[in-house]
Amino acid sequence: MTPYSLAFYLISFVAVVAALFVVTMRNIFHSALCLILAFFALAGLFVLLEAEFVAVAQVLIYVGAITILILFGIMLTHRLTDKGVRQASEGRFISLIVVLVLGALISIVLRATRFPVSSEEVAHPAIPYLGKLLMTQYLWPFEVVSVLLLVALVGAIVIAAKDEVIRKKAGG
Amino acid sequence: MITLYHYLTVSLLLFGIGLYGILTRRNAIGILMSIELVLNSVNLNLVAFSRFITPQVLSGQVFALFVIAVAAGEAVIGLAIVLSIYRCRNTLDPEDINLMKW
Repeated sequence: MTPYSLAFYLISFVAVVAALFVVTMRNIFHSALCLILAFFALAGLFVLLEAEFVAVAQVLIYVGAITILILFGIMLTHRLTDKGVRQASEGRFISLIVVLVLGALISIVLRATRFPVSSEEVAHPAIPYLGKLLMTQYLWPFEVVSVLLLVALVGAIVIAAKDEVIRKKAGG
Repeated sequence: MITLYHYLTVSLLLFGIGLYGILTRRNAIGILMSIELVLNSVNLNLVAFSRFITPQVLSGQVFALFVIAVAAGEAVIGLAIVLSIYRCRNTLDPEDINLMKW
């Protein structure tokens, strides 16, 4: 077994187990901590796929920003995360059946598909090439995403702020 | 030898786990976390296809970056909505949030 496949199996195992804990833990705070582990493991898989920039972006945005935001959300609604509150619903078996059937269907399709796998190496200085792609071929979606993030920022403030605060700031 | 199928299998497992979480969680924040898992499995798919099918063209990675950005926006708006629902109705159980159901 090569070191590459050993690393792959180890990291995938960590990712899948952490993801299982995310959806099954009773205490939602603990499942948010498992989510951090799952995101780290996925960043490791991106490194194995030679997508270093995506891996760094994953660590910065998911581990550094989104999970912190989720932890804040949990703390601001803390009464619901108390141990007595049930976190899973009654439809567990139906959901399990739905997920298993969907998974079986997708794996049948995967088994039947032949992907045109190429044996070339990854484009070598990958990050400059990625930057060039973002500034040329994908410039328009890139700008749209930046406007989207601005809109999301303003929208989140408007939705989450108390009404009086907004009215006072608007001078009304 | 690790092939494309290995990565697709891991991605499928993560997708299934995330979907199970979306269907069973009774806390809106838990549902948001499961959605993040699903989006991450999609990212893994995109990067794996980019690595194994078109290694010379990095479009898959660019799309993964876009997905990460949109997921960040989605998490922010989702949590803002969750907080304001919690403030109005004092619950996060999606079965109690039924004002727009009929």
